[in-house]
Amino acid sequence: MQLITVAGPPSSGKTSVILKLIEAMQIAASDVGVVKFDCLTSFDHLRYEERGIRVETGFSGKLCPDHFFVSNIEAAVEWGQNAGFKYLITESAGLCNRCSPYIHGIMAICVIDNLAGINTPRKIGPMLKMADIVVVTKGDIVSQAEREVFAFNIRQVNTAVQVIFVNGINGQGATILASHAAKARSIQTLRDLKLRFTTPAAVCSYCTGEIRIGNEYQMGTMKRMEFKKP
Amino acid sequence: MNDTDILYMVLTVPVGEIMEKHPVCQNFFKNLRIEDIERGLPLHQALEKADPETLSEFGLDRHAIQREFCDFLNVFAGRSDATGPEITSITIIGGHGKAGDPENCQITINRGETISIVGPTGSGKSRLLADIECLANCDTPTGRKVLIDEQNLDDERRIELQGRLVAQLSQNMNFVIDLTVNDFLKMHAGSRHSINIDDTVERCFVCANSLAGEAFGLDTRLTQLSGGQSRALMIADTAFMSTSPIVLIDEIENAGIDRRQAIELLASRDKIVFISTHDPLLALGANRRLIIKNGRISRVITTSEEEKACLSEIERLDARLFQIRKKLRNGEIISRNALG
Repeated sequence: MQLITVAGPPSSGKTSVILKLIEAMQIAASDVGVVKFDCLTSFDHLRYEERGIRVETGFSGKLCPDHFFVSNIEAAVEWGQNAGFKYLITESAGLCNRCSPYIHGIMAICVIDNLAGINTPRKIGPMLKMADIVVVTKGDIVSQAEREVFAFNIRQVNTAVQVIFVNGINGQGATILASHAAKARSIQTLRDLKLRFTTPAAVCSYCTGEIRIGNEYQMGTMKRMEFKKP
Repeated sequence: MNDTDILYMVLTVPVGEIMEKHPVCQNFFKNLRIEDIERGLPLHQALEKADPETLSEFGLDRHAIQREFCDFLNVFAGRSDATGPEITSITIIGGHGKAGDPENCQITINRGETISIVGPTGSGKSRLLADIECLANCDTPTGRKVLIDEQNLDDERRIELQGRLVAQLSQNMNFVIDLTVNDFLKMHAGSRHSINIDDTVERCFVCANSLAGEAFGLDTRLTQLSGGQSRALMIADTAFMSTSPIVLIDEIENAGIDRRQAIELLASRDKIVFISTHDPLLALGANRRLIIKNGRISRVITTSEEEKACLSEIERLDARLFQIRKKLRNGEIISRNALG
């Protein structure tokens, strides 16, 4: 089974891109499964089911989405193996800029949209920096010049990356993406593979349910801002 | 510069000097929040003074940053992006229509040539543009194949060219960034490492103004431009700054700009121009036009002498409409005389 991991900010068009990708790969709906990692609520499974694609959804809830991803990805792969898929695609949403649910040796696709602001690629961090492919959506409604500067800003952060513009509505660009996706590595298990980037350090009192504000309530890993003297 | 030259430079030349020589490098440090790095020292020594906490937040240590800086220089400073892919022609080899009927067609278009694409909505005009963009290799729903310079592309070259060959322009496109025209053009020119940014910006600006119905200034904000002014600026920008040899234009008929001049400008910049259009002026202005029906190219028509003669009559009609529009805009009363 070939595994592809997809991540991106909310509403960047991940689900649309994955659906267009599957279409362009020209494989049967029964040959591919999707695992959606989300935070609190998700409606994306409906769109997969509508096309006869099997999908499992997991909610990180009060946990860090990255921690949630890494502790469930192995079981996701087992699920895919048992279902006899040729391809398993994971979709991670609800991530902070610090997140990067990518694994060494496993194809990593980051989806961001052209409306996100021209400097956004420079701010996203590991999710973009560590990706093999960055898919840019919503390019059909911004100028060519903005698309070019956007791609330039992506390459500044991730020099080795493939930047592919995909229209999530009509599928333009999905054929190019599919030719890359076909090269995704085939795996039996993820055991002992490694994440490309550490997950956020997060063991402080607020992780464990503290809600009060004030020094005396803060314990564990904390980081303080330094404010200049007025 | 090759890899060894770059590594040698990074190891020996003070950061400040590298930045001066390759201003784009400043972004590398800004992106890592170390723009206040000690500039008088080579990178490795300079990094000794940087906050290791910040570096570790990016998952990097000094060695990794040095390696990444080399990669960055390799991509952005080692070569000039001023020229795009060198191609001379594109060939479309027919596949099949929506009903599976064969598309018996092979057409080659050279640089500087304009081709119009006509057909009803939903007939497959956008699909054709998409096939060109992805350099179809019998792997899209139409089964079409696209050749560059009349040759098959191997996988490596195809991947290299995909996404670099085509600039696109359509009615739906807007500027979403809130900058002045001047800052915007400078930013785009900067990303191209154009040798002379000011000169390119100036040419773009003058040209955009000559295409637009109404003049705008260098200090006008993009978000305040009219539809026509935006379109004019996009076309001028594509002509002078985009290095893509192919331009795909999707419906710019109601843009309020000098359309013929716009297309001629792009063709004169040695672009291959495809225009999907319902506008007689644009359709007949091209040397040839592709007729799309049911997902396939059903005919290729070369613009005849008679059609070219009609074109000047259509231009007169168009100019008259333009005058009427202008009068309305100025608050004038339209008389029968104006209809001529």
